Amino acid sequence: MKILTFFSLFSTFLSANSINVEENAGQFFSSGHTNNWAVLVCTSRFWFNYRHVANTLSVYRSVKRLGIPDSHIVLMLADDMACNHRNPKPATVFSHKNMELNVYGDDVEVDYRGYEVTVENFLRVLTGRLPPSTPRSKRLLSDDRSNILIYLTGHGGNGFLKFQDSEEISNVELADAFEQMWQKRRYNELLFIIDTCQGASMYERFYSPNLMALASSQVGEDSLSHQPDLAIGVHLMDRYTFYLLEFLEDIHPASKANMKDLFKVCPKSQCVSTPGHRTDLFLRDPGSALITDFFGSVRKVEITMETINLTDLIKEAEQKDNVQQMLEMVTNEMNILKLWFDSNKLSLNLNKTKFMIFGNHTTNIDVKIVIDNKTIERVYESKFLGVVLDHKLCWKPHIKYLCMKMARSIGILSKTR
Amino acid sequence: MATSEVERRRGQLAALSIAAVVIMVGVPLWWRTTETYRAWLPVSQINELANMQLQLSADVEVVFARGTVTPEQQKKVPLTQTQDEEHTVDENTALRYRYEIRYRTATIMEEDALDQPTAAEADLSLHTLSESPCGSLVVYVIPESSSLLPEDMDVYIGQRRTALLRIGAQMRVGRTVEQLLAHLEPRIKQVLQVMSFSHTDITAALSDRVRLSPGNKESIADSMRAFKSSPGYEITFSLLNPDPKSHRLHWDIEGAVQTYIQPLLTKLAPVANFSLDSQTLYYAMLGVNPRFDSSSSAYTLNSDSLAHVINPVEARLGSNAASSNPVLNFLLYVPDAHHSPLYIHDNKKQEVPSNAFHSPRWGGIMVYNVNGFYRPEAVLPVDININMAKVMGVFLAQLRLLLGVQSSTAPPGFLMAPCGSTGLADWELDRLMWSRSVENVATATTTITSLAQLLDQIGNIVINDNIAEQVSSAVTSLQLAVAELEAGNLGFALQYSKEAIMASERAFFDPSLLHLLYFPDDQKFAIYIPLFLPMCVPILLSLLKIVSEARQKRREKQAKKD
Repeated sequence: MKILTFFSLFSTFLSANSINVEENAGQFFSSGHTNNWAVLVCTSRFWFNYRHVANTLSVYRSVKRLGIPDSHIVLMLADDMACNHRNPKPATVFSHKNMELNVYGDDVEVDYRGYEVTVENFLRVLTGRLPPSTPRSKRLLSDDRSNILIYLTGHGGNGFLKFQDSEEISNVELADAFEQMWQKRRYNELLFIIDTCQGASMYERFYSPNLMALASSQVGEDSLSHQPDLAIGVHLMDRYTFYLLEFLEDIHPASKANMKDLFKVCPKSQCVSTPGHRTDLFLRDPGSALITDFFGSVRKVEITMETINLTDLIKEAEQKDNVQQMLEMVTNEMNILKLWFDSNKLSLNLNKTKFMIFGNHTTNIDVKIVIDNKTIERVYESKFLGVVLDHKLCWKPHIKYLCMKMARSIGILSKTR
Repeated sequence: MATSEVERRRGQLAALSIAAVVIMVGVPLWWRTTETYRAWLPVSQINELANMQLQLSADVEVVFARGTVTPEQQKKVPLTQTQDEEHTVDENTALRYRYEIRYRTATIMEEDALDQPTAAEADLSLHTLSESPCGSLVVYVIPESSSLLPEDMDVYIGQRRTALLRIGAQMRVGRTVEQLLAHLEPRIKQVLQVMSFSHTDITAALSDRVRLSPGNKESIADSMRAFKSSPGYEITFSLLNPDPKSHRLHWDIEGAVQTYIQPLLTKLAPVANFSLDSQTLYYAMLGVNPRFDSSSSAYTLNSDSLAHVINPVEARLGSNAASSNPVLNFLLYVPDAHHSPLYIHDNKKQEVPSNAFHSPRWGGIMVYNVNGFYRPEAVLPVDININMAKVMGVFLAQLRLLLGVQSSTAPPGFLMAPCGSTGLADWELDRLMWSRSVENVATATTTITSLAQLLDQIGNIVINDNIAEQVSSAVTSLQLAVAELEAGNLGFALQYSKEAIMASERAFFDPSLLHLLYFPDDQKFAIYIPLFLPMCVPILLSLLKIVSEARQKRREKQAKKD
């Protein structure tokens, strides 16, 4: 009795497990994307905006750790904090006080640096309207199956984001850029995260489908920074990104956390501002969108079931070699013949000499016969003893030739009527 | 009194002349200099194209072999039939499939060719007789008693553009030509759907334009797997050697590419350009640790961990910085001596015969075990020559899948010939060309229409002459491509559709079309008011004064009259 119940429990456990494996395999294709891209932008200059560079670099590190390669990340940093004259620890950018975590490291690949980070370049990257000389690493080469993560940080206001202290991008321009991306199907789904003051105003004007947006503060609120480091002398991170990173540290490539968990990051008690999000344009349910759909790069994989049997090809390659050998023999014999002609004071007219290969081989074999530095012309049909011979040994050319002859004679007869 | 009169007169004249200059000269000048240059675009033609009515024509020749038709019926055959099929995909897109079927009886040479013992040999000898042009098919109808096909198979699909169709049992006695044709029609349609185009293929090619809700998991997987149509592709072959201390690997990649891969790429030349390169990476590990399976005394990778293999390797694969074409990566991984042999297991824990896997729109990886080539006590490092035929067999199959050469499961009763020496049958190339032409036409149409819409909406974008030229040439090529598809000339249709797509992409992604001229209204006022207000206020005031004085004078005159 006990054995029976134990057995039934065991079998149900086994079947549940196998269903799980099938579900995992099925879920691979439910999100509809095959590759991931990330565009991470820091828009502020000057030493006291250290925290914005640290924000962007921390997100860059998490995204790389979860699998997106450098070739699929466009990193734009408006100023160089690691090599700034005022940095007491050169070649480092810390995100935690007491210098716990250096987010600069030695494998950071910055694609747009310094004065290259402008509104124009940002919009060019998004819409793809770059000059033809732009290298691959500076382009966003996404297709209709790409999920894109866009992270912006800097100083912002109600409806705009300041770039480089001299220009702004407005929320209308951003919404238009996303619409142009949608028209050209340059994304499958797009996650937009912005960490600035009044960040929610930047996603108010979006109108393209499949967009999800998160902001660190609502309109009228300021996003605050997290903690200063007294040795470096500036604030190191913003609150929203700090808690976002704490959340992302628990995510690994096989994790199943979804977007609803991301919305809970940094409540008002921790952030002082109220983070907002917008999901009405997103076609799937946010609860079914995994974090790794945007932050990681989990590849879909299929087992290759078929192979092509190529041993026959080796035989045909050998046959091709046979043709070559034959041609070499012919060339040798023809050279000997030419020698005999020359030594007997006879001339061989090489212009009138043609060659033809009979057989079923594909006719695009590159074959040449060269006698006395003159290439002999290859023909596909020739008249011999009154019969037109074709390289496939079928009668079509001869029949055509006969028909032409008869038509001519018949034509003359009809004139005599 | 008189001088003040003159002064006042002069003042009025000055104010009037300034106002006249401002209105006659200033306003038009300001209007012209702040205009943006917009070259003319063929908007009406673009709107016509937006409403896409595609017609695809296929030519089929049905040849009756001896024994399928009685001699009296032979006189009624040859005849030609045209069949149309209409489908409406959505409110802007309609498709029509036209099949032109010509019936005739077989010639003596064809009968001889069909006399061969097996279907494959018959196919080969039929090829020597005639060459069907691109996009057409020849179906040979053979009698039921023929021994060319095995018992349960009714159709044999050859390597070029021929198929052998066995006539059904009920058509043995006493039937008219009409009955025979009616019996054959659905079966010929089935052959056409396999060898030319089917409605599912064409609607999948239109996915850019029409986002249909996908049917089942297989169709989603199919649509995600193949690369989108692009004028060029880059193919990179990489040999990963994690253990150079034990294995010194030699692979004749140049010869192998020339012998096995280049014929396929040459055949695909009308579809796209391909550029090939190869590299060897040393000390490149897989990102996952394989598990040791004591039952087979080998290391295994199961299908769940395969997804995490690609990312760590991808960081080390380079790519051609100059082009923006999609890249296909084919990796050959030789496991290190401590983890040999390494096998890939599928979901059911069975060994995969090809020992390879591929990732949609990325490429493929094959694991090649070399532990069998040397004895354990051999002196390391060992020289190993890789058997390129086996490797290229797998890569070729993966390349076919990734390029969209659909090896869909054949319907029941169909026997497919193995693809020829190039790795691609002629009818598979035709299928690819059909779907690529339709995809290119759909994408180019969407691009041009959205560009026209965009330029219409945003009045401030400058439209240069070269953009207008590209748009016009794209429109012309599109019209030609649609006409050629209607006429059934597949080669020309594909060429025109490629030209259309290149011109439309160049126009859409032209760097000069950047919309940076968004000014909110309050900014516009903020710019113009400081310029124009100081100048206009005195003029307006003096004009008002002139008007009020003129009115006063008129009143005085009227008072005097009375």
